[in-house]
Amino acid sequence: MALDPTTIRRIANLSRIRVEHDQLEPLSRELNGILGWIEQLNEVNVAGVEPLTGGAQMAMKMRDDVVTDGGYPEKILANAPDRNRQFFAVPKVVE
Amino acid sequence: MLTDLTIAQAQAGLKAKTFSAVELTQAHLTGVDALNPRLNAFITVSHAKARDQAKAADEAIARGDIRPLTGIPLAIKDLFCTEGIRTTAASRILESFIPPYESTVTANLLNDGAVFLGKTNLDEFAMGSSNMTSAFGPVENPWKRRQDQNAVLVPGGSSGGSAAAVAARIAMGATGTDTGGSIRQPASFCGLVGVKPSYGRCSRWGVVAFASSLDHPGPFARTVQDGAILLGSMASHDPKDSTSADRPVPDYQAACKRGVKGLRIGVPREYRVDGMPAEIEALWQQGIAWLRDAGAEIVDVSLPHTKYGLATYYIVAPAEASSNLARYDGVRFGLRKDGAELSDMYGNTRAAGFGAEVRRRILIGTYVLSAGYYDAYYLRAQKVRALILRDFNEVFANVDALLTPTTPSAAFAQGEKMDDPIQMYLNDLFTVGANLAGVPAISVPAGLDSNGLPLGLQIIGKNFDEETVFAVSAEIERAAGFTALPQIRAGM
Repeated sequence: MALDPTTIRRIANLSRIRVEHDQLEPLSRELNGILGWIEQLNEVNVAGVEPLTGGAQMAMKMRDDVVTDGGYPEKILANAPDRNRQFFAVPKVVE
Repeated sequence: MLTDLTIAQAQAGLKAKTFSAVELTQAHLTGVDALNPRLNAFITVSHAKARDQAKAADEAIARGDIRPLTGIPLAIKDLFCTEGIRTTAASRILESFIPPYESTVTANLLNDGAVFLGKTNLDEFAMGSSNMTSAFGPVENPWKRRQDQNAVLVPGGSSGGSAAAVAARIAMGATGTDTGGSIRQPASFCGLVGVKPSYGRCSRWGVVAFASSLDHPGPFARTVQDGAILLGSMASHDPKDSTSADRPVPDYQAACKRGVKGLRIGVPREYRVDGMPAEIEALWQQGIAWLRDAGAEIVDVSLPHTKYGLATYYIVAPAEASSNLARYDGVRFGLRKDGAELSDMYGNTRAAGFGAEVRRRILIGTYVLSAGYYDAYYLRAQKVRALILRDFNEVFANVDALLTPTTPSAAFAQGEKMDDPIQMYLNDLFTVGANLAGVPAISVPAGLDSNGLPLGLQIIGKNFDEETVFAVSAEIERAAGFTALPQIRAGM
């Protein structure tokens, strides 16, 4: 089994999604089903093929390194779950 | 009835002052209020704002300032950020998010005079093919099975609310987004025209991101011409989107009148799959005959990597989603679920805010990008994606467009295909290739199955050649003469 409950716990932690202990087995079954189906890509001969990152068949544009926007902290903070003056507030990180 | 008009007809009526923009918008709002409790097509209805915009449209018409969409009431997929109007992505995590800015696509529509009726339902973060993953409940397809009137059918997804609203005549057109088929599949299920333009044609700025290299904004409409009007307004070059195409937007309405005489139309043999209903195969053959009769040359072609498209998509899309959705951390906007420490707050917020399918895709995406698995999964998928693009490029050296079915089935009922995620994923079998390659594609309603449900045909074109796709779509529309109506619609 590619994705055992220990691996699920590890990727859940990397994803910052809390997963209850009793969800590990069912998740493992589901995700392994999907990954098993994806394994069909191993049939394809990809030797010498350059990976394609996106559909945009164009060169990325450069732009001037200047500030073009900003200066409205109230707009930025309008949806904040918690704030302190002009800052986003979070639980204490450093003791 | 005003709600039965096409956008082109409504434009003429507004110009001739046969009716006012306020009357047109009110007719649609009345339809929304009557039908939305049942259909659940809209998550948010913006009555007051719509009436204000309609009033402004009447004033503009009075002073002779008539733009391409002046006074036309539209529905906006709730994935486009709209300034001052809640934008949820159909997720609990954005349940109370009110954007302080307007997406480029909706800003273009507003600048052209459009009226926004509200924000339409979708699969959560556009992840799904049935609208069943929405945190705001499923959407009912306005079409019914002739032999089973009690069955509640899905409108398809992810843009299910947009499709249901336009089909039920409670919006004249709508915006959608298409990452693996999310405009074309619901268009096919609801008897509509669904347009996925070339990658980069419509700006992604201000559209809640799912998989950035695959996300394509585009319109829903009831006619090919209306689709052309809407795409013409939505498309633009946008410096705020680094993948936005810096090229002029063609006259898509003119392209609809070109005809298909002399065009070479490819029929890809790999789209003939086991288990596909005979009715869909028959409709495809009918479409081929229509185009041949109209003067097109039909060419048998091969896209050998077609069968690997979905598996490629289910690595690339979750990988990009796991990165894009990292921003929902409970700090700057959206839901927060407190925890003892910052890391607990992240974990609690994301467990409570994301639904099962979104969590599943974030986990898959994180896995295929993680150390030790990146080469085996993500890099390999990117290489297969390159081969899929190569297939399209080779075929388009020889033909002008491709004709295929849009979906391997008609609309199914709520609850069907729900037990196994892969069964749901197979909905996008014929549509996903155009997303991986970035090429334009349109689904056009072409006929009904034996249950009286609409079926679509898909036209796929060369990169940035939406014009030929519109020309072929218009010919299919003309030949099909599709006039069937859904059982649930405004004024019934």
